[in-house]
Amino acid sequence: MTKKMINLTIDGMPLQVPSGTTVMKAAERLGIHLPRLCYHPNLSLEGACRVCVVQVKGFNHFLTACSQEVWEGMDVQTNSPEIRQARRDIVELLLDNHPQDCQTCDRDGNCELQRQAYRLGVRERLFEGKRKEYPIDESSASVVRNPSKCILCGRCVRVCAEVQGVSNLSQHGRGFKTVVGPANLGNMDESVCIQCGQCVAVCPTAAFLEQDHTERVWKALSMPRDVKHVVVQVAPAIRATLGEMFDLPMGTPVTGRIVTALRRLGFDEVFDTNFGADLTIVEEATEFLNRVSKGENLPLLTSCSPGWVSFLEKFYPEMIPYTSSCKSPMQMTSTLIKSYYAKKKGLDPKDIYVVAIMPCVAKKFEAARPEHAMEDGTPYTDAVLTTRELGWMIKSYGIDFNVLPDGEFDRPLGISSGAADIFGATGGVMEAALRTAAVKLTGEELGPLTFEEIRGVTGIKEATIRIDGKDIRIAVSNGLNNAKKVLDAIKSGEKEYHLVEIMACPGGCIMGGGQPYPMADHDPLDPETARTRAKALYSIDAHKQLRRSHENPAIEHLYVEFLGEPNGEMAHKLLHTHYQARTPRGIR
Amino acid sequence: MNHTTSTTDNWDAVRAACLEILPEHIVAFIEQNRGMEHSESQLIAVLHMVQAHFGFLGRDKMHAVAQLAQVPLAKVTGVATFYHYFRLQPRGKHIINVCLGTACYVKGADKLSQRLMDELGIQFGETTKDGVFSLDSTRCLGTCGLAPVVMIDDQVYGPVTPSEISIILEKYSRRQKGARP
Repeated sequence: MTKKMINLTIDGMPLQVPSGTTVMKAAERLGIHLPRLCYHPNLSLEGACRVCVVQVKGFNHFLTACSQEVWEGMDVQTNSPEIRQARRDIVELLLDNHPQDCQTCDRDGNCELQRQAYRLGVRERLFEGKRKEYPIDESSASVVRNPSKCILCGRCVRVCAEVQGVSNLSQHGRGFKTVVGPANLGNMDESVCIQCGQCVAVCPTAAFLEQDHTERVWKALSMPRDVKHVVVQVAPAIRATLGEMFDLPMGTPVTGRIVTALRRLGFDEVFDTNFGADLTIVEEATEFLNRVSKGENLPLLTSCSPGWVSFLEKFYPEMIPYTSSCKSPMQMTSTLIKSYYAKKKGLDPKDIYVVAIMPCVAKKFEAARPEHAMEDGTPYTDAVLTTRELGWMIKSYGIDFNVLPDGEFDRPLGISSGAADIFGATGGVMEAALRTAAVKLTGEELGPLTFEEIRGVTGIKEATIRIDGKDIRIAVSNGLNNAKKVLDAIKSGEKEYHLVEIMACPGGCIMGGGQPYPMADHDPLDPETARTRAKALYSIDAHKQLRRSHENPAIEHLYVEFLGEPNGEMAHKLLHTHYQARTPRGIR
Repeated sequence: MNHTTSTTDNWDAVRAACLEILPEHIVAFIEQNRGMEHSESQLIAVLHMVQAHFGFLGRDKMHAVAQLAQVPLAKVTGVATFYHYFRLQPRGKHIINVCLGTACYVKGADKLSQRLMDELGIQFGETTKDGVFSLDSTRCLGTCGLAPVVMIDDQVYGPVTPSEISIILEKYSRRQKGARP
């Protein structure tokens, strides 16, 4: 059934839109971008900030364009001296109780409040309001909560509940004293937070930020080479997004420039998390094929996404036996750096400092997990920098990123297949696993390479792949609310799968909580951004000679020289981990 | 509660743990609503029942409500802190209400409030550690002629000066001490 069409005028321009369209969306069709703070296209309507107010003929008060639906004959005015004044006043009032420390703020130059204030023409301060002063919650290994900078738009509350299904955040109290935080306004590390960092990604200000690791990395880099051997690894998703921080068009692959930039920053060795990704596939595919042949503990759930792993432990601990025991690519790479590479180089692992560049804030938590430490308690990964933190370090160091020549990763932990590159997009781990599993199952060298049915940024994708006369049923989900749906269907027996890929962030790592803030006039979580970034990864893959993880000669060599068999004793000791139910338990 | 008794697929254990915290009629009410459309909209009604039974909403009680009703705990505590009516701590033996109506305010109710907070070591909405006093504010009590006014239980005092606060409180603390066996 087609929707009824509504006729209205906006700023004197007539247009026709389907009924149920909001004034904001209708205005966008005419190329009018109304200011907004609390509004987000993927989240429910809040109507809290009021900066999108418009004038409608027949009303002597302003209406909010984000929540007001159009009606027949509506006459909307989006710009008049009164409206401009009202919007300016609204933002000015928000600024009046906001800490006035833009110059020293992490979001300086990238803050939506700042941007709105500039655009709406707040040029002088007429009021001095009561400031919000709350302690900063730094208890979490991943996410810092600073309620003093909160403008109560509620985006974090909504993304946590509606996209991630975690519902860790809520507005507490009322009026001026309202504070956004976990239950009882307790500490983040004692909450059901799964550290995905989507609150950081959607926050218009600096009320949520990642835990800063740049300071410790600068410190390690400043030490003499023979005291600290500083090694870095770069996650697949970074090469598709870092360019955005240097004003390159979205989706520009910058792998080579990253390598050069890292060398110039002073890293002694530049490795690729892709190597760990290839290794993950070899281990995980072996684990998968073992389970298939025994017909037990199916479906196998992937374990690369640390946000998902936390969610598993807090919300679905009964699914732990189904989850792959494989460490994430980051942890596999770090572990090998401090074992295999250290041995090869004749270095004491204690003298090696491993930095991981990740699109993710949950990786900071993962790195700090006691399971991921050596016997003496030293973590395998010493620091985790988000894409944003690395971008800032490069700028801060005065490196002109856009003119850098391409560099190449160091060997051997820098050699990788295209299957590893696509790990950064939802469906990528599954595709990489299928490429290897197909070859192992059929014994034929040339199995299928692309699996179009699991590409794309849809929340849940399902497919049945026929390999060697067997139907392999698979599911791919991104955004934990979608994971919930898949897991509940598995639990109820409604669905039976062999292999399920779960990524915490909507769109996968390319949309991780540590990725660059959106460019002006792009929304965080924008599916178009996800598609463009994913395209970059698939193009890197398509241009590689090596396309299957198990064909990576460095991986083959690693097994011969060091690890023995996939899933063998040594591999188990170094490359696998375990999970445990955690409190507080989340309500799903 | 620990994770073994709050796991959502271990329903019997959850229920048993909640029954140790909440009375049966509240558990029954929550269960009767569960599964109904928009059952989460019963949250306020449930919190009313909890407060009616215990006099306040404690953390363990809110946790039990969250588990039993399957509503995220952050939402429960968010709702509980939004409404002025809900109290998060047990009430004291004596309830102090400071009138913050216009007349009392003009006559220095803010100074009285500050003195009370200093004297008791608590903020509005809180209860002293010994459980003797709870401090609240109220709007006009209709005795503006006596402004500024403080009401303790059913007794109205006014006009009160900050220096008289300790003398008034003393009466109640003494009564409290005398009442002990």
